[in-house]
Amino acid sequence: MTSIILLSVFGIINLFLGFLKSNKILLPAVIIFLAIVFGVNFLDWNNPQSHFNNMLTIDNFAVAFSAVMVLSLALILPFSRSYINSGNPHLAEFYSILMFSLVGAIMMVSYENIIMLFLGIEILSIAMYVMAGSHKKELRSNEAALKYLLMGSFATGILLFGFALIYGASGSFNIAEIASFSSNTTATDLLPMMEIGVLLVLVGICFKIGAAPFHFWTPDVYEGTPTLFTTYMSTVVKTAGIAAFYKLVWAVFPGLNEFWYPTLVAITVLTLVIGNIGAAIQTSFKRMMAYSSIAHAGYLLIALTSFNDYSENAVLFYALSYTVATVAAFGVLKLVSDQREGETYEMFNGLGRTNPLLAFAMTVAMCSLASIPLTGGFFAKFFIFGSAIEAGAVWLVVVAILMSAVSIYYYFRVVMAMYMKEPVGEKVAVDGFAAFMLIFLSIFTFIMGIFPGWFNNWL
Amino acid sequence: MNEIPEVIRTIPLNYYLFLSTALFVIGVTGVLLRRNAIIIFMCIELMLNAVNLLLVSFSAYRSDPNGQVFVFFIMAVAAAEVCVGLAIIVMIYRNLQSTDVHLLNKLKW
Repeated sequence: MTSIILLSVFGIINLFLGFLKSNKILLPAVIIFLAIVFGVNFLDWNNPQSHFNNMLTIDNFAVAFSAVMVLSLALILPFSRSYINSGNPHLAEFYSILMFSLVGAIMMVSYENIIMLFLGIEILSIAMYVMAGSHKKELRSNEAALKYLLMGSFATGILLFGFALIYGASGSFNIAEIASFSSNTTATDLLPMMEIGVLLVLVGICFKIGAAPFHFWTPDVYEGTPTLFTTYMSTVVKTAGIAAFYKLVWAVFPGLNEFWYPTLVAITVLTLVIGNIGAAIQTSFKRMMAYSSIAHAGYLLIALTSFNDYSENAVLFYALSYTVATVAAFGVLKLVSDQREGETYEMFNGLGRTNPLLAFAMTVAMCSLASIPLTGGFFAKFFIFGSAIEAGAVWLVVVAILMSAVSIYYYFRVVMAMYMKEPVGEKVAVDGFAAFMLIFLSIFTFIMGIFPGWFNNWL
Repeated sequence: MNEIPEVIRTIPLNYYLFLSTALFVIGVTGVLLRRNAIIIFMCIELMLNAVNLLLVSFSAYRSDPNGQVFVFFIMAVAAAEVCVGLAIIVMIYRNLQSTDVHLLNKLKW
C-alpha cells in the first residue's frame, strides 16, 4: 500500500528533477527511490490488510510479486546509459512513466475487486504504449506503438465485456462474492452468461500476457520497441500479468474449474509449441527473445493449471529467475546493438574474444533460460514441473520437457556465435555501472541455481 | 433521480443484452476489417461503449450502483487511451503522411 503511494510521489518528484540542467542525477535518484520502495514494500510482510473499502488487499502474495517487479525495474535502468550520454531531453519522463506503470503492476497483483484489476492493467498498458513509441522518428518504433495500442485496447474491450457479463451474472465486482457465486451455480440459469464472461476474460488476459493463440502481436511489438522498454515489457508486464491471472483463476473462478481448465490446458500447450518452434526459426536475436518470452509464458501457465502448496512459490521463483536472466540478455543486446548495427545473431560474432565479460554474462543468461543445471532457470522449471506432476498433469510436463529441449538449440546459437566465430567489429565500450550490473545478475543467477531453497518458500 | 433506473427498466433486460452484443460485434468486425487507424480506433471505442451500456442496464436492473461506478472508470480510462492513441497516430502521420495500417510493414518474420 505504502509502496503504491511512494511510487506515485517519487514519480512526480522525478519529473521535477527533469527541470535541472544536468540529467546525471536522474539515474542515481531513481535507483535510490526504487530501493526505498523495495524496502518499504516489505513492511506489509506477514501483515495482510485490505484498503479502500476492500478494493486492494496487500498480502504476502502481493508483497512478494511487487518486490520482484520493483527489483526488475531497478535492474533494467542501469542499462539506460546511452540515453543519458546522448542527452535525451525526455529522460525524466521516461523514468517517471516507468515508475507510474509500476503502480499499475502492483495493483494487478493486489486487487480485491475486478475494477482494480482493470485499472491496474490499463495503467500498465497505457504507459507501455507510450514507451513503445518513444523513438518518435524511427518507423519501427512507431509501428510497434500502433500495433501494441490497437491490439492492447482491442483486448481491453474483450476483457471488459467479460467483466460486464460476470457482473450481470453474479451481481458484484468483489472477487470473494464472485467466487462464492461461481462455486454454487448448479441451479441457476445465469450460468451460461457467467461462462461466456469467464471465457472472454481468459481471452483478454491471454492477449495481455502474450499467450498463444493470442500472441501474434508480441514478436512485432517486442522487436520494434526500443530495447530498454522491451526488457521492461518482457519482465514486469509478464510477471504482473501471470500473477494477476493466477489470482483470477484460483481466487475468482474456482467453482468453474471444470469449465475453464481444459481451455487453459489447450492454451498452455499451444503457447509452449508455438513459442519454442517460433523462436527456433528466427534470424533476429531480439525477435527470438520475443518468442522466448511467449515460450516462458507457456511454462508459467503450466503452474497456473495446477493449484497446490507448491504452485505459488513455483510461479514466484520462475518469475524471479526469468527476470534476472532476461534482463542480462537484453542488457548485453542493448550494449552491443548501440555500437554495432542490427539485432541479428551475427552481431554477436566473436564477442567472446573482444568482450569476455559481456559474452560470459550472455552465456550465463542463456544457460539459465535454457535451464541448464547450476543456474536459476533449472530449478525454476524443476519447481514448476514438480507442482504440475503433484497435480497429476504428467503429459503436460512431457510436452514442456520436449519443448525445452528445442529451446537449447536457439539459446545456444548465440553462444556459438560469440565463441566460435571471427570477431566482426571493435571492442564494445561498457560503462562501469552496466558492467557491475551484469556481474551482479550472473552471480544472482548462480546463487538461485545453487541455493534454490533461499527463494522457494516465501509464500 | 430515482426515475432513470425505472425508465431503463421499462425495456426488458434481454433487449439491452442483444443491443450491446450487436454493438460489440460491430466494433470487433470493424477492428478486424478496416484499414484506417482512426476508424479502427473508433471501433474500439464502440466496443467499450457497448460494455458501458451493458453495465448500466445490469446496474439498473439490480438496483446496485457498482456497475455505474465502473462505467465512470471505463470512461476515464478510455479518455486516457484516446489521448495516447491519437498522439501515436499523429506521430505516424507525420512520418508516413498516411494512417493506413497496411503501410506499416517494417516488422515481419
